[in-house]
Amino acid sequence: MYQTIESIKNKIEIKMPENPQPIKRKNQLTDRNIRETVGQGTVPNPRMRCQNVSVYYNFDEKKAINNVSLDIGKNEVIAMIGPSGCGKSTFIRCLNRMNDTIDGCRVEGQILLDETDIYDKNIDVVPLRARVGMVFQKPNPFPKSIYDNIAYGPKIHGLVQSRQETDELVEKSLKRAGLWNEVKDRLIQPGTGLSGGQQQRLCIARTIAVNPEVILMDEPCSALDPIATAVIEDLIDELKKEYSIAIVTHSMQQASRVSQRTAFFHMGDLIEIGPTDQIFLNPLHQLTNDYITGRFG
Amino acid sequence: MSVHLQREIEKIKKEILCLGAMVEDRFQKAIYAVKTSDQGLAQKIMDTDFEIDKREIEVEEECLKILALHQPVATDLRFIVAVIKINNDLERIADYACNIAKRFIISSHDPNIFKYDYAPMADQAAKMLRKSLDALVRMDVDMAYIVRDMDAVVNAMRNEAYETMKKDIQRRPEMVGEIINMYLISRHLERIGDHTTNIAEEVIYLIEGEIVRHR
Repeated sequence: MYQTIESIKNKIEIKMPENPQPIKRKNQLTDRNIRETVGQGTVPNPRMRCQNVSVYYNFDEKKAINNVSLDIGKNEVIAMIGPSGCGKSTFIRCLNRMNDTIDGCRVEGQILLDETDIYDKNIDVVPLRARVGMVFQKPNPFPKSIYDNIAYGPKIHGLVQSRQETDELVEKSLKRAGLWNEVKDRLIQPGTGLSGGQQQRLCIARTIAVNPEVILMDEPCSALDPIATAVIEDLIDELKKEYSIAIVTHSMQQASRVSQRTAFFHMGDLIEIGPTDQIFLNPLHQLTNDYITGRFG
Repeated sequence: MSVHLQREIEKIKKEILCLGAMVEDRFQKAIYAVKTSDQGLAQKIMDTDFEIDKREIEVEEECLKILALHQPVATDLRFIVAVIKINNDLERIADYACNIAKRFIISSHDPNIFKYDYAPMADQAAKMLRKSLDALVRMDVDMAYIVRDMDAVVNAMRNEAYETMKKDIQRRPEMVGEIINMYLISRHLERIGDHTTNIAEEVIYLIEGEIVRHR
């Protein structure tokens, strides 16, 4: 009465792939032994451009960074991740010449801030460090009042002339750092009396008071509790509208939450750089995959 | 931290494979029930579908737990996401096995109607399911692509069944209800093929990080 499927099967052409050809994989992970950077380190409109940067410590005895080329884009947060000793802190310290203070440290290559070579011998590091500000792991307010912590930098750099201007700048900086409402009634009290999270925001306010272009942050939240961390992370997101931010962090979740691009360092090499979502969803280098999934490091 | 996560992932892998084996067994049995006119077996398949549902929920809860406690990234994240979706596909396949059993029971008052042999089509779908699960276990992207290609065969079989039954309805319009019921079995098998294709595509995503659906 009815046909069987068997008879139909014989009628239609069935192509059963018995001996399939190996299919070329599009996204094969780069072998862990390959040390060349995977991904695009440059951006079309960089604030800072680093080209072939190498850093040596102990009078060339130790090479801490090996030939890193990486741009810091305008209005972006770029996160540096990697195991301890991989060179991520050394790298961001190059960006405002903090490594100059270390005896026997030498930096090779070129680092441009808005087309100016910051390692040029005519560059004065004091204004440079105002343009490229830094926030450290441990909050380090000056042993001065909250007000003076903010006012000190602008006064030195001659950014304010009158008391009124200083007042305005202090208020503006504290407001931008999200600290104003908490401290407006105690500006004359010492900055060291604030809580850890508040001190860190005070340091950020101090950094932005001198109107920098780039803010470097070296583990800014590692001494803070989750609430204070969340406040700082919101602040970073707010600040990127006006500044470029490079952040070193051991917390992968933090890197993935705050940054637009992520750079993975390993033993002095920049292994992979790419959009943060790609790095955390679909990294291209085996080492990156192994590090962020906790298989080593 | 990593060892802990790897252990959880291995556990999930075992659970999803176990679910896969159960589902495969059920829909093979559904086809066997149709072929041998075994009403008791068909009823049993329908009555025990809750076991699959329960397993599905367990696997999903495990996955959610891993997401909350370990915040996996990269390959681990893609694995968990793939398992959540495969889990869903497997549960749907088991539902189709139930539907097949139901179609059979509805039409079984006239045993003469069931002359249509679905075994080859079911074989093809079963093969796809097994291969897609193999691809997941072995992380074999080539195998996953093969499953994807196999879907065309099941689709062609369904189309042929459709044409045949259309003619039968014209010939015996008084049997239209029974014939439609029978046609729906081929439709269910075709949908099972689609779900195994989804599983294969999830495996491709898991390995290559690229979504190949709808291409």
